Amino acid sequence: MLYKLNEILFNKQISSRYWHMEVFVGQDVDNVLPGQFFNLLCSNENTFPFLRRPLSVYKINYDKKTIEFLYLVKGDGTKRLTKFKNGDCMDLVGPLGVPFKLNNGARHILLVARGVGIATLTALAQYAVEKGIQCHAILSARTKDDLLAVRLLTSLGVHLHIVTDEEGTSELTHVKEIMQKIHYKFSIQGIYVCGSKRLSKLAKSFVIEQKLEGQIALEEHMACGMGVCFACVCNILNDENIESVRVCKEGPVFDLRKVVL
Amino acid sequence: MDLSVNIGGLKLENPIMPASGAFGYEMDGFLDIKKLGAIVPKSITKYPRPGNKTPRVCEVTSGMINSIGIQSKGIDYYLKNILEQYRKYNLPVISSISADSINEFAEMAEIISGHPVVSALELNISCPNLEHDGKSFGMDSDISYSLIQKVKSVTDLPVIPKLTPNVTSIQEIAIACEEAGADALNVANTLLAMAIDIHTRKPKIGNIVGGLSGPAVKPVIIRMIYQVNQVTSVPIIGCGGVMNGEDAIEMILAGASAVQVGTASFIYPNAMEKILDEIKEYMEQHQISSINELIGKVLINE
Repeated sequence: MLYKLNEILFNKQISSRYWHMEVFVGQDVDNVLPGQFFNLLCSNENTFPFLRRPLSVYKINYDKKTIEFLYLVKGDGTKRLTKFKNGDCMDLVGPLGVPFKLNNGARHILLVARGVGIATLTALAQYAVEKGIQCHAILSARTKDDLLAVRLLTSLGVHLHIVTDEEGTSELTHVKEIMQKIHYKFSIQGIYVCGSKRLSKLAKSFVIEQKLEGQIALEEHMACGMGVCFACVCNILNDENIESVRVCKEGPVFDLRKVVL
Repeated sequence: MDLSVNIGGLKLENPIMPASGAFGYEMDGFLDIKKLGAIVPKSITKYPRPGNKTPRVCEVTSGMINSIGIQSKGIDYYLKNILEQYRKYNLPVISSISADSINEFAEMAEIISGHPVVSALELNISCPNLEHDGKSFGMDSDISYSLIQKVKSVTDLPVIPKLTPNVTSIQEIAIACEEAGADALNVANTLLAMAIDIHTRKPKIGNIVGGLSGPAVKPVIIRMIYQVNQVTSVPIIGCGGVMNGEDAIEMILAGASAVQVGTASFIYPNAMEKILDEIKEYMEQHQISSINELIGKVLINE
């Protein structure tokens, strides 16, 4: 477990709303898996923003011993994160939470991501490709400018299907058609989803209908990030019983078929 | 250097312990738990509780508001699973109890006192009394008195009510608790607070209101510890906004014999260890051999 200051190699704006940060974490990189997150200290003044901010890992560079984050600048915490300069130190706690699990026999999987959720699933794509699994991805965003990681995913050999609000291609019926086409052609074994409740519901009904594996990475406001405070809870359906579980501890990756959306 | 303190008959190696609800065995690995003066697990209720609706926390300047709603798996799970997790640390465990009625407090106190790892009971009397329109037990001195007296009659362990700061006179409640036989007093729980998102116009907490904690509350709590120490003679456990060693020393000077750390651990998971080191540095710097020399030693010019 990592809890220390780490050097920021770069922290730069990549589009109108998104920033990209790389942090050196040393040997601890070996413990990081896709789907996990780190809790970042935005300010050490104990004033504002007071709490840490959880960011999921976008890229794990085991060779360079670094991790990368792609983050949406939305509130006070992420605004403060943009103030960090190359060479500054980042106070990180992590890796936290349960990572994605890939089925050993999987040959084709589908990633369904929207907005900043694309960052979380890019780490999984990298991991899956290394295991020789073919990845297909439906990327959804408000605008083309909001689309993340397209170049990286393409270079990894992920088959991309891009939909945006501005082009009017992101509505659910269209996304479902793409899902069906991909599944018809490649008979995928699992769907992995992050970043949109609407897309998650669609993917959930699809995996149940088609009897596929499915996992979801949830986002939630957190306080401690360690499973202590019970602030970030969600409901899971376990054997017909609804159970309230911690997103930071039992998640953030859950069985898509069991999450109450 | 002697850091040991006595809390109503309970001897602690040092005065630093977690605040209930801000600690769990999940923190092992971030913090050397064995270094703590005591362990305080999250409050337990008799029956399982789902907790409140989300969002359950929001941050404010120098603090946070929470309304978790004591999500709990009930007392059986607590006895068999949670308390057992703390056995290996060989530390005093102060079990925090939350209940809906005086009888339920007594019933739970009796059961939990029978568990071998439990050394003392903290009574969360800031929770709503369902027999009195949900008003906190700790907002009424007569009810507080009856509650403490009843619990004292069923246990031999030290009984420590955690007072609510949301009262007109905390001294009045503190005196009632002491007269009823409380062995120590925890000053205090969170301050009732509210925050609104001006863009959505919605409260930032699902429960609308919640409890404020963090550095923002510390001056209020320091004042309350000082006031309670003026009118009672039982040891005080200070709780509210301690982020570092200086804050802990300030609380001790105001009258606290021990200090609980809550919100600070969310931001700095090893905060309690660091606070202990900073207390030692202060004692060295001021040539103080025993922490007891500092308790309540604020200098007041009269």
